Amino acid sequence: MTTLHSVLDTGSADYHDNRSALLGKIAELDGEQAKALAGGGPKYTERHHKRGKLLARERIELLVDRDSPFLELSPLAAWGTDFPVGASVVTGIGVVEGVECLVVANDPTVRGGASNPWTLRKTFRANDIAFANRLPVVSLVESGGADLPSQAEIFIPGGRAFRDLTRLSAAGIPTVTAVFGNATAGGAYVPGMSDHVVMVKDRSKVFLGGPPLVKMATGEEAEDEALGGAHMHGTVSGLADYVAEDEVDAIRLTRRIVARLNWRKLGPEPKPVEEPLYGAEELLGLVPTDPRVPFDPREVIARIVDGSRFDEFKPGYGTSLVTGWADLHGYPVGILANARGVLFSEESQKATQFIQLANSADTPLLFLQNTTGYMVGARYEQGGIIKHGAMMINAVSNSRVPHLTVNLGASYGAGNYGMCGRAFDPRFLFTWPNAKSAVMGPVQLAGVLSIVARQAAAAKGQDYNEDHDAAMREMVEGQIEQQSLAPFLSGRLYDDGVIDPRDTRTVLGLCLSAVHSGPIKGAEGYGVFRM
Amino acid sequence: MIQTLLIANRGEIARRVIRTCRDLGISPVAVHSDPDADAPHVEEADAAVRLPGATPAETYLRADLLVDAALRAGADAVHPGYGFLSENADFARAVLAAGLTWVGPTPEAIEAMGSKVAAKKRMAAAGVPVLAELDPETADVFPLLVKASAGGGGRGMRVVRAKEELAEAVAGARREAESAFGDGTVFCEPLLEGARHVEVQVLADAHGTVWVLGERECSIQRRHQKIVEETPSPAVGPEARQRLYDAATAAAEAIGYVGAGTVEFLFSDGDFHFLEVNTRLQVEHPVTELVFGVDLVAWQLAIAEGARLPAEPPTPNGHAIEVRLYAEDPTRDWRPASGTLHRFEVPGDVRVDSGVESGSVVGVHYDPMLAKVIAWAPDRTSAARKLAAALAASRVHGLVTNRDLLVDVLRHPEFVDGNTHTGFLDEHRLTPAKERDLAPSALAAALAQAARRRTGALPSGWRNLPSQPQRVSYEGVDVEYRHTRDGVVTNLPLTVVDANEDVVTLELDGVRKRFHVAVYGDTVEVDSPLGAVTLRVVPRFPAPETKVAPGATVAPMPGTVVRVAVEQGQRVEAGAELLVLEAMKMEHRVLASTAGTVTELRITQGQQVDSGDVLVVVADDSLAESSGQGA
Repeated sequence: MTTLHSVLDTGSADYHDNRSALLGKIAELDGEQAKALAGGGPKYTERHHKRGKLLARERIELLVDRDSPFLELSPLAAWGTDFPVGASVVTGIGVVEGVECLVVANDPTVRGGASNPWTLRKTFRANDIAFANRLPVVSLVESGGADLPSQAEIFIPGGRAFRDLTRLSAAGIPTVTAVFGNATAGGAYVPGMSDHVVMVKDRSKVFLGGPPLVKMATGEEAEDEALGGAHMHGTVSGLADYVAEDEVDAIRLTRRIVARLNWRKLGPEPKPVEEPLYGAEELLGLVPTDPRVPFDPREVIARIVDGSRFDEFKPGYGTSLVTGWADLHGYPVGILANARGVLFSEESQKATQFIQLANSADTPLLFLQNTTGYMVGARYEQGGIIKHGAMMINAVSNSRVPHLTVNLGASYGAGNYGMCGRAFDPRFLFTWPNAKSAVMGPVQLAGVLSIVARQAAAAKGQDYNEDHDAAMREMVEGQIEQQSLAPFLSGRLYDDGVIDPRDTRTVLGLCLSAVHSGPIKGAEGYGVFRM
Repeated sequence: MIQTLLIANRGEIARRVIRTCRDLGISPVAVHSDPDADAPHVEEADAAVRLPGATPAETYLRADLLVDAALRAGADAVHPGYGFLSENADFARAVLAAGLTWVGPTPEAIEAMGSKVAAKKRMAAAGVPVLAELDPETADVFPLLVKASAGGGGRGMRVVRAKEELAEAVAGARREAESAFGDGTVFCEPLLEGARHVEVQVLADAHGTVWVLGERECSIQRRHQKIVEETPSPAVGPEARQRLYDAATAAAEAIGYVGAGTVEFLFSDGDFHFLEVNTRLQVEHPVTELVFGVDLVAWQLAIAEGARLPAEPPTPNGHAIEVRLYAEDPTRDWRPASGTLHRFEVPGDVRVDSGVESGSVVGVHYDPMLAKVIAWAPDRTSAARKLAAALAASRVHGLVTNRDLLVDVLRHPEFVDGNTHTGFLDEHRLTPAKERDLAPSALAAALAQAARRRTGALPSGWRNLPSQPQRVSYEGVDVEYRHTRDGVVTNLPLTVVDANEDVVTLELDGVRKRFHVAVYGDTVEVDSPLGAVTLRVVPRFPAPETKVAPGATVAPMPGTVVRVAVEQGQRVEAGAELLVLEAMKMEHRVLASTAGTVTELRITQGQQVDSGDVLVVVADDSLAESSGQGA
């Protein structure tokens, strides 16, 4: 049967427990994301507004087409670090004059929009997305440059920001920059490296060195307007292609530039879209509160794909992994979804074949992770689980069709690799708020440490302190648990965002649309498959 | 016998005459100015003759061209309609001299009544009560009314309340009369405030039979032009009616009247005074037709052919009310509107006599009346209700109109009680129109426009991190909305039930209402139970060059500069007259919006200007000083 039939009992106690647990996690997520939205807080926001300036997100709202969707990326960047959540920059994918663009906007309310190490990582990730998906880049710049106290972590890797821009340009991906305020020193190279530059009259200041630095370096007394004002750059240096009357005018000009890019997407057009037969709201009730309890991913697929239609591949073989074909927002996808956590040899071989089929049909792949890893144990080692897992990882690594990954629940061990974790460069990777990821479960990891310590003590002929062991296990379990949670992973840019499960179809639809800005072409060769 | 009829007119009356021609089997011939080349009256006629030019003086007022047109088109008769040359004795003579039948009274009768000054004398002699005449130079009874002797339709008319206003009013009236009628003669009469305008329809054949077809009450007026007319008059009782009928018959007989005509009276406290005789078909003739069951145009043609009227007129039945739908803004001193009438639909069981259709272009050269809408019912209250409902449900898109005002009048308790008089609009403060909450309509417009922008199936305005609403501005009203998982959330106390490209359903105070939205460029028309609203989109990104300098005065409408009252560098107070613009035959004073100095004067007398053109820039002195400090 192509059309999936849900067996989810929306009246059950489990359903309601699951739902309220997940709503709780979503509320926590909203609380964390609110920190990013608050930027530098009310005081700096007000000061910024008083200067007649728009906030980063206000600039973006004005930049993108009215009523068009905007997918903000990495909103929790820097979560759990010493730097503010959001990393003082907003990145995302939005539609400008009908063109899907990667938008990068400094948040000048956070320490003057200065770049910290997480700002860099978030921006690099955005550039990667632009490059991989062939998305024009629009930068809305207002930054005091590097956060000097952390320059040691910024200066050397920071050069990549400029390298990225010019490489995008060289790859035929347009870069447009509008400068709203300061773009000093390194920041000056953002307009410098861009194809199109807009500056705002009396507001933009773009120079390698401001008046104090020039005075220190050469003794020259120069006013900032002469060093880097918009008027000067528009009429003397030529760095500004357009000088805007004000911020709104700058955004108008930026939109006109994008309108004139004559941009065409290279991927195939989507088919007509059909809504799923089952409501996204029900996704909240199907994830068990205990992550050790697996759930049928077909219930998820039925709620995210067009018409809930899914042509399952090898339904009777390697049943711990569900594979099959569907359309999502009109785009064809091959889906790999963990059904019972563990990957065995059969699942690995099935996945390898499926990935090769998708590549030969130029069909993007969607990985729905809920895996505890490849099976361990003598029987499985002897059955070649390493070989078979390696085949799957080989196929995932060398596949050339776009990959999208969503961590629905668990992503542990090499299962994370086989199911296209971050290291395998999926075009986009999102996490549900309940999801976890680590090399193994906290209990298992603490248990392994305990066994190893116990063996070491035995080898030395020492007594093993059970109290210490219990304390150690508790401490390790707590630490690993904390580091495996969604906000932690998202804070480190290990995903592109934690999403409300109800938004999964929309997010994937936006990503698939973005992915189709570039050509969709499968791999023609793989690494050597160990047989 | 008339076979082919040239209609020396345009617009709704030309179409009205064509309709009767079709009923009778007469072939109608239209004439048209250049802007009217594709007008409905031209489309509907069997043949049409071009009158080169645009202004009435070049076209519909050219007797020679009209007679020539009739001869060339093989017409054997000419119907003048109303307005233009309908009361021009020379034109009637020229038609007759060309061997054609003139559908109207004799030139002598027209002439006798053409001068209001002379007509009053003649009527007084026939025993018809008249108002005293005052000398325009020395009058000292106020308030008084200055009127053009050759006038009609309120042109060349001025109210004067104090001696010091008299000279300017007389001069203005003369100028307007000269321009409109080619005759600057004016006279003055005491102004009877609170009086009613009551007129009597007469129909006389050439054999001595005079019919009186009831009276019409036309008291509700703006700028001395009728906008609501009805028959019978709610103020006229049987005894007064008989006296009116007798006076009207006496007036018609006194001048040997033939054809359809109207004797106008001012009616006050049961007394009436003769105003004038209109020697033509009246604009408001349809109410008489509906109540008496006659076709007055058919009778005009029959009488012109020499037919005899039966001895007794038909008996009246029920009540009819007409409103005149004008393309004008009652809230802005009745400023006429021109442009494309994108949509014009009047629903319901009403008669619509219109000169326009959906898509018609209303120009600046002629009267801005779009249509007459007439309702008949067995009684007055029912007729008023029916007419108000039809108007309220009409779709009139593209031009500002007096529609809401007309609905307000028809539903006003005083109107329903029959208490109409010439000062009705002022007394009940029906202008400017009631303040209306535009926000729900603007929201509906914004949501319909959002639906039109929707591409593909991805949710409109979706955000994973919502931070602010979508903001849409229309002139005078801003709205905010946000697309959420649970539907559209707005900044207004209402619920969005449904929204598509054309219809938006909102729930206000627990009541669902439908808003029909139509978009024409940057204009959005919203029709709903809250009333029709026209919204102008404020561009999201105003182009810097379209920003008008502060203090700039722009032309409120297309027109001709007839007088420039200031000079470059002159100091003016707020409200001072800067210039006078003539448009649609009305003079509009353009005033300074702020006190300051005239820094730019971009116009000269006689110059043609377009709506939105910058005319004069007045630099606000206080601003100039403060910016001087900043520099």
